[in-house]
Amino acid sequence: MDTLWVGVIGTSVIAYALKYAGHSVPEKLLSHPLIKQINLLIPIALLSALVAVQSVTTKSEITFDHRLAGLGAAIIALLFRASFPIVVLSAAITSACIYNFL
Amino acid sequence: MSRVSSPTIRDSLSVSFTVGAYGVAFGAAAVANGFSVLQSCLLSLLTFSGASQFAIIGVIGAGGGAISGITTASLLGIRNGLYGVLMAPILKVHGFRRVVAAHVTIDESTGVSLSQEPRGLRAMREGFWFTGFGVFIFWNLFTLAGALGAQAMGDPSAWGLDAAVPAAFLGLVWPRLKSSMDKSLAIVAATFAIATTPFLPAGLPIIGTVFIAIIAGLRSAK
Repeated sequence: MDTLWVGVIGTSVIAYALKYAGHSVPEKLLSHPLIKQINLLIPIALLSALVAVQSVTTKSEITFDHRLAGLGAAIIALLFRASFPIVVLSAAITSACIYNFL
Repeated sequence: MSRVSSPTIRDSLSVSFTVGAYGVAFGAAAVANGFSVLQSCLLSLLTFSGASQFAIIGVIGAGGGAISGITTASLLGIRNGLYGVLMAPILKVHGFRRVVAAHVTIDESTGVSLSQEPRGLRAMREGFWFTGFGVFIFWNLFTLAGALGAQAMGDPSAWGLDAAVPAAFLGLVWPRLKSSMDKSLAIVAATFAIATTPFLPAGLPIIGTVFIAIIAGLRSAK
């Protein structure tokens, strides 16, 4: 089995196990304030890292290209409180313009 | 339709359609990162958790291994477990219904359900089920549309799809950046990931930021 299939199946199995576990464990086990706080922070760290890696790296190199312009457009859209589809679209359009025409 | 339930159903359906439409971005991004249409659709059907799905395609798309991808996706899926803890005493379901409830326990179903509290327990349950199933149906239909669309397009860069993925992550993280600590953490994590990319095996620059989050959490607890 290749990486993609292992990824698809592994992610799906664990995602479901986590959901089901939540419905089955006693509430006080997970309600410690420190656990709650860290659980809010982990997605921020992971998603920010993913933004960074996906916009300015290619394999193991740091590369500044059309994607960074797309990210800039996304930031501007977010500053203007645009909705999620508009944010994604402005990034795609900006990046595509630079990739195709510059 | 009783008077109690109709506003709840309206809330559920509007959230379902709006959120489900983001499935287009996921389907397109998955194909742009090398996943097949079938694999993209299976992720939406079986994983059914947006951030985790974007994570697995993002990490593997950046050259990371399956373990790095699964670990990152699973760390983002922990919050669904916490939602389950909140929803279990509201839903009070067992057996097959609990198996189904667990699968549709996501940000939106939990959020809509909890927002129905002033309308009573019955509305909270309806909000959970209608939003859970609604998002499930639209998310999967739109994933298929996005994946087929991206497949037909060819070169992902020419259509800006390679920039759509980081923009989607940014759109997911932006609303979470409330306190100044959240913002500092985001910047430190992003800087760490970029700075370590030339040295660490693909995937680790992303997973490594979990330790930064844990340190930040421990410091803020003092």
